[in-house]
Amino acid sequence: MRAASLFSLSVLALGLACYAFLSIGARGGWDLVLMFRGARLVALITVAAAVALSTMVFQTLTANRILTPAIMGFDALFLLGQSVLVFTLSGVGLAMLDPFVIFGLEAGVMLVAALALFGTLLRRGGDISRMVLTGIVFGILFRSLTQLLNRMIDPSEFSMIQTASFAQFTTIPAELTWLSAGVTLAVSAWLMAQHRRLDVMALGRETAIGLGIDHDRLTRHMLAAVALLVSVSTALVGPIVFFGLLVSALAHQLAGSWRHAVLLPLSVLVAATVLVASQTLFERVLDLQTSVAVVIEGLGGLVFLAMILRRRKR
Amino acid sequence: MIETRALCVHLAGKPVLHDVSLTLPAGRLTALVGPNGAGKSTLLTALGRLIPVESGEVLLNGTALDSIPSRRLALQLSILRQEGAVGPRLTVRDLVGFGRYPHCHGRLTQADRDEVTKAIARLDLDAFADRYLDTLSGGQKQRAQIAMVLAQKTDVILLDEPLNNLDLAHARRVMRLAREEADTGRTVVVVLHDLTVAAAYADHVVAMKAGRVAATGAPDQVITAPVLSQLFDTGVTVADVDGRRVVLTL
Repeated sequence: MRAASLFSLSVLALGLACYAFLSIGARGGWDLVLMFRGARLVALITVAAAVALSTMVFQTLTANRILTPAIMGFDALFLLGQSVLVFTLSGVGLAMLDPFVIFGLEAGVMLVAALALFGTLLRRGGDISRMVLTGIVFGILFRSLTQLLNRMIDPSEFSMIQTASFAQFTTIPAELTWLSAGVTLAVSAWLMAQHRRLDVMALGRETAIGLGIDHDRLTRHMLAAVALLVSVSTALVGPIVFFGLLVSALAHQLAGSWRHAVLLPLSVLVAATVLVASQTLFERVLDLQTSVAVVIEGLGGLVFLAMILRRRKR
Repeated sequence: MIETRALCVHLAGKPVLHDVSLTLPAGRLTALVGPNGAGKSTLLTALGRLIPVESGEVLLNGTALDSIPSRRLALQLSILRQEGAVGPRLTVRDLVGFGRYPHCHGRLTQADRDEVTKAIARLDLDAFADRYLDTLSGGQKQRAQIAMVLAQKTDVILLDEPLNNLDLAHARRVMRLAREEADTGRTVVVVLHDLTVAAAYADHVVAMKAGRVAATGAPDQVITAPVLSQLFDTGVTVADVDGRRVVLTL
């Protein structure tokens, strides 16, 4: 079986990457290593799974392989929601609130805003050029509004947001890790259970309805799942625009199949391997602290350009 | 049996169907004919619950279409659309297999696979069964789409211009299949441009013009020179060749 050997190979690759991440340059026993590096490993894998699944599902919903939630401005929307919350709740004293409550509020704002904005957009859908353009305009709008709010916020409160507005994998808020891992696990399980419906939805709206899928309702549910996953990854490491695209391109290339039963888990494995391996390489081997995000974004950006150019040629 | 009652449909805010009230007889082959832009395809997509109706209703065996859960409806009614571009890279067998989705929800049993093989054979696609759709010609893709609809095995089959891209032999094959389906008790509705084909195969003809029903009835009542000349605003001759009606625009 091609799929089976593919899975065992990618599980092996991920295992190696994890082992390298935990062991290289580590002093002391495994219990100590796991305490210090284990949580970060979980966070990295959570982010990888969230980015991979949200991208794969979003691409199935929009029936194309160039758009990702990040390109459509989902991350920017999450950051805007975060700034709005800090701005409005500053009287209460956001620092006093439980980080779980804050994350819950942020994810809630994100869910409502994403469904309101993108629900109608996807239903009309169709024209990819218009969708890309809309995404770019949305992204700029959200980022500008975020900046405007940040300028109006008290400097001490601004520092709370500041760390969240750039992608960085080195200092991940530990208290959020376990919550995020739980949310991601639950959403992933639900999405995996829907894999056959996703196969049908990939055929397009009309065919899916003809085959008995309640397309509009299922699209809303899927969009909510995507919004939750983006909230998780953005809250943990900040916005990463092109990583999802890189992962989905790799997963499609490797899988050579239309079945979401293969595509979804494979994309998670690929994303986790890439993220953990490059983090190990840059942080432990090359001793560079900040460049992982830059390199991954750069690679993803190249894939994006290549896909757009290849599309034009056809 | 499908009925529409005072059906009005808007596309992008503009009215396309006005007050269409029709009865499409059960177990018969109905042809929808009319000039370009008459609303034939729009009517068919509304019958197939793919677009929302502005006012009025569509009834399937006396039940309002939008009150039937989508899962159950997919077991009763299937629709072939024009320009069925498929996103993922599928083989013909994969695509036709999706026609069984309403029955097996993606877990194909041996019986489902047999239906798929049968549908592929009926459309003369055996030689292409494991080829990818993007390596096939327009006519072969069209036949694969029709095979998928047939594999769905529903009592009502709606076909939007099934003869698009088909050569003479395969056009005849598809019309014979439509006839077979009607003869086994299925209700078949076909949008057709070739009036000679409509006259030869249909039991019932609905002529549309400018979003309204212009004429309905048996082929020998609708496929006549005066009705067609008025329908298309141009002179049409209906000749009799070996007892068949042949429509000429000379």
